[in-house]
Amino acid sequence: MSTPEQALLRFLTCGSVDDGKSTLIGRLLYDSKLLFADQLETLNKDSQKFGTVPDGMDFALLVDGLEAEREQGITIDVAYRYFATPQRSFIVADTPGHEQYTRNMATGASTADLAVILVDARHGVVTQTRRHTFIAHLLGIQSIIVAVNKMDLVDYDQSVFDDIVADYYETIADLGFNHIAAIPISALYGENVTTQFDQMSWYDGLSVIESLETAPVSSSSSKTGFRLPVQIVSRPDQDFRGYAGTLCGAPMTVGDSAIVSPAGTQTSIKSITTPEGEVETADAGTAVTVTLADNIDASRGDIICHGDQGMLVTDQVQAHLIWMSDEPMIPGRQYLLKLATRSATAWVSELKHTVNVNTMEHVASKTLELNDIGVCNLSFDRRMACDAYGDCHDTGAFILIDRFTYATVGAGMIDFSLRRARNLTLQTLTMDKVARARSMGQKPAVIWFTGLSGSGKSTVANAVESKLFDKGHRTYLLDGDNVRHGLNRDLGFTDADRVENIRRFGEVAKLFADAGLIVLVSVISPFRGERDMVRDLLDDDEFIEVFVDASLETCEKRDPKGLYARARKGEIQNFTGIDSPYEAPLNAELVLDTDALSPDDAAEQVIALIEKRILED
Amino acid sequence: MTKSLHLERLESESIHIFREVAAEFERPVLMYSIGKDSSVLLHLVMKAFYPAKPPFPLLHIDTTWKFREMIAFRDQCVKDLGIELIVHTNQDGLDQGINPFDSGSQLHTDVMKTQALKQALDLNRFDCAIGGARRDEEKSRAKERVMSFRDSHHAWDPKNQRPELWNLYNCRVRPGESVRAFPLSNWTEFDIWHYIRAEGIPVPSLYMAAMRPVVERDGQLIMVDDDRIPLGVGEEPKMEMVRFRTLGCYPLTAAVRSSATTLDAVIDETSVTETSERQGRMIDHDQSGSMEKKKREGYF
Repeated sequence: MSTPEQALLRFLTCGSVDDGKSTLIGRLLYDSKLLFADQLETLNKDSQKFGTVPDGMDFALLVDGLEAEREQGITIDVAYRYFATPQRSFIVADTPGHEQYTRNMATGASTADLAVILVDARHGVVTQTRRHTFIAHLLGIQSIIVAVNKMDLVDYDQSVFDDIVADYYETIADLGFNHIAAIPISALYGENVTTQFDQMSWYDGLSVIESLETAPVSSSSSKTGFRLPVQIVSRPDQDFRGYAGTLCGAPMTVGDSAIVSPAGTQTSIKSITTPEGEVETADAGTAVTVTLADNIDASRGDIICHGDQGMLVTDQVQAHLIWMSDEPMIPGRQYLLKLATRSATAWVSELKHTVNVNTMEHVASKTLELNDIGVCNLSFDRRMACDAYGDCHDTGAFILIDRFTYATVGAGMIDFSLRRARNLTLQTLTMDKVARARSMGQKPAVIWFTGLSGSGKSTVANAVESKLFDKGHRTYLLDGDNVRHGLNRDLGFTDADRVENIRRFGEVAKLFADAGLIVLVSVISPFRGERDMVRDLLDDDEFIEVFVDASLETCEKRDPKGLYARARKGEIQNFTGIDSPYEAPLNAELVLDTDALSPDDAAEQVIALIEKRILED
Repeated sequence: MTKSLHLERLESESIHIFREVAAEFERPVLMYSIGKDSSVLLHLVMKAFYPAKPPFPLLHIDTTWKFREMIAFRDQCVKDLGIELIVHTNQDGLDQGINPFDSGSQLHTDVMKTQALKQALDLNRFDCAIGGARRDEEKSRAKERVMSFRDSHHAWDPKNQRPELWNLYNCRVRPGESVRAFPLSNWTEFDIWHYIRAEGIPVPSLYMAAMRPVVERDGQLIMVDDDRIPLGVGEEPKMEMVRFRTLGCYPLTAAVRSSATTLDAVIDETSVTETSERQGRMIDHDQSGSMEKKKREGYF
């Protein structure tokens, strides 16, 4: 065993299912003597129980950690393994071959310096080989080892190997990897993994382990000056104000000029503290706490960058996006974004195309499905400091998080800032909303009635409007059906169209509210995400969500337009409540149980809420 | 002794994780189990927030069966560092008389560790528990995320883990849900010992060989740490030169025969040993997938 006094290489193994990734890693661990006696004993036991190798040890069982995987003989999640040779320490990510687990491969690739791509000698380059090579490229991996496995099953035939390698080189011709090695192996028997055998005397290159030991580390590929995304502000007492974070991009030296982004405040580096104590210079990758020469206000999410090598500051970028959720990405839908240490809200303003990973062709698309890779324009709700991913991974990568489940649904890499972001400024108007509303003696609001078809939204909204009118308020009612016949007549009922439908409702409601009116909106609006998008469009407290709650049975019984009957017969598709979901509000300002309440009583409750707001003002 | 570049990278990565936890969670807590990994965690957390103190308390789940020296070591550490320590014991379990001898290792571990941990997390409404688990310890740990999501029942769903890319950790949870954070995910046992040596981190002397009273049961050496251990007819504790590779409840943590009385000797021994460190943990060996089972139920 080696000492840890060596450079560390992070790599991942990928390829199609059953290409032998886990076997290769098990073999590397076994041959580098990293298996303990008790682990070997368990392996022996398991090999007899689940193993696929007659009378031998099934190394894949060692790596396939989860019970389900061992039973099914496939790897379903990324597993990390650690081993070392006298030359180097390694962290290896074993990633799944099945298409539905591609997101896990991207996960493994995001921190890797090198990818080992397994190809089954009997099958050659297949879809997954191309897909995984492309993902490795997309995530900025510069070095590839193509391991053509199971050579024992093709009689160690050199022409098989040569054909596969030629085919693979054609696949990656446009991707521009810096370092490529192709090696014929048998992971099962260890041939050309750690030792060379006579069967392939025609191959005189490096073994897999030798290739790994000599591969360059890609962490030095950053093309920017230093960046320090602020994680926390350290204020142990009045005299010390330190900014703690992990340095990236390039080394930082005391006295360097610095800019706090996105604000653009200029200063310089006064001191740097690392885990070793106070230093003059710190390298990228080091956790530091710095103090600045000027007493300025920076906080978590800000990025302190080199004064001469500033960052992009923008609210719109072009990015590559890998989708990782069963729930498709819909343009316009808002997601939580995390970029370096900054959290924000982001949405895809335009999906330009998806990439067919087999042909690299661009395909027009309206949504991104699980495992799709798309190129899109991404908008932020604020100006963000960032870099192109190709210039600096740490400040060019981001994840998207679902606003309700908090699942990580997407991962992206910034290509460049869109110029449009700088040119587009809002028209500043002299008369403002407050002035207009005051002249009418009211406080603008958007009363948003949501609920199933037939729940009584329009009935209650109409009653509320006439009561408000009687009290002298200025109102406007936007009704689902009316707007759909005009402004939104180009939209259907797919999920993507429903999102756009609500976005337009929201924007129109916002304009009317800006005019000072009390706007009543009656629309099914089945998705929480879109209702909250509208809430965010408006000022605080301006959005009042009224959940018109009636059971599906009641709505179907009422069925004022005969729609449920038609939906049940299959004449209408994507009908909310029948074959399209309705997501009930979690924090509605008001819930009206119209199973129990009369329309007039329900309307009175809404009026009471509106009047209370006006009085509070 | 200077640190390798490799250890410096691991150190910075761990500090980054501590700072993300501090910034993003409302009520984090640092699980402190007194072992060598906990000692490294504690050392790193002091560095992560220096010159300030760590912004969260320590939590020790005390089964009442830890080695006596561990408890003394714990109290000294906390005093030296000046940080808050919460000690929690499952009182219901104590009242029911749960213990490792009569109840068996599985029930004892479930009630006094797993259930006790859930109680302590719920009681204090902690939304993130930081632990010292490493991916090289065990197969199911190898697949666990750095920020490992737990539902409102503290359960881990290995097939539905959040993808974790770059160092962008998704720390968002809804009320009742929580995250187990593992800053030492990428460290190996070897790295831990080398770091302890390079940084001069104190660890309990149970890790070094000494003459200790032991009894041999089912091929495992159990130290007689106090008189609660029931001795069989004719069973006599013998003094043997032993040390421990991991520390837990003394009746459930087997010693190994060793002559490594110094840290250097321990490191040399670790480099050539033929068994993994968890081999001395009885609860891991019920069946091959048993760690994954326990983790799904909320075990750390």
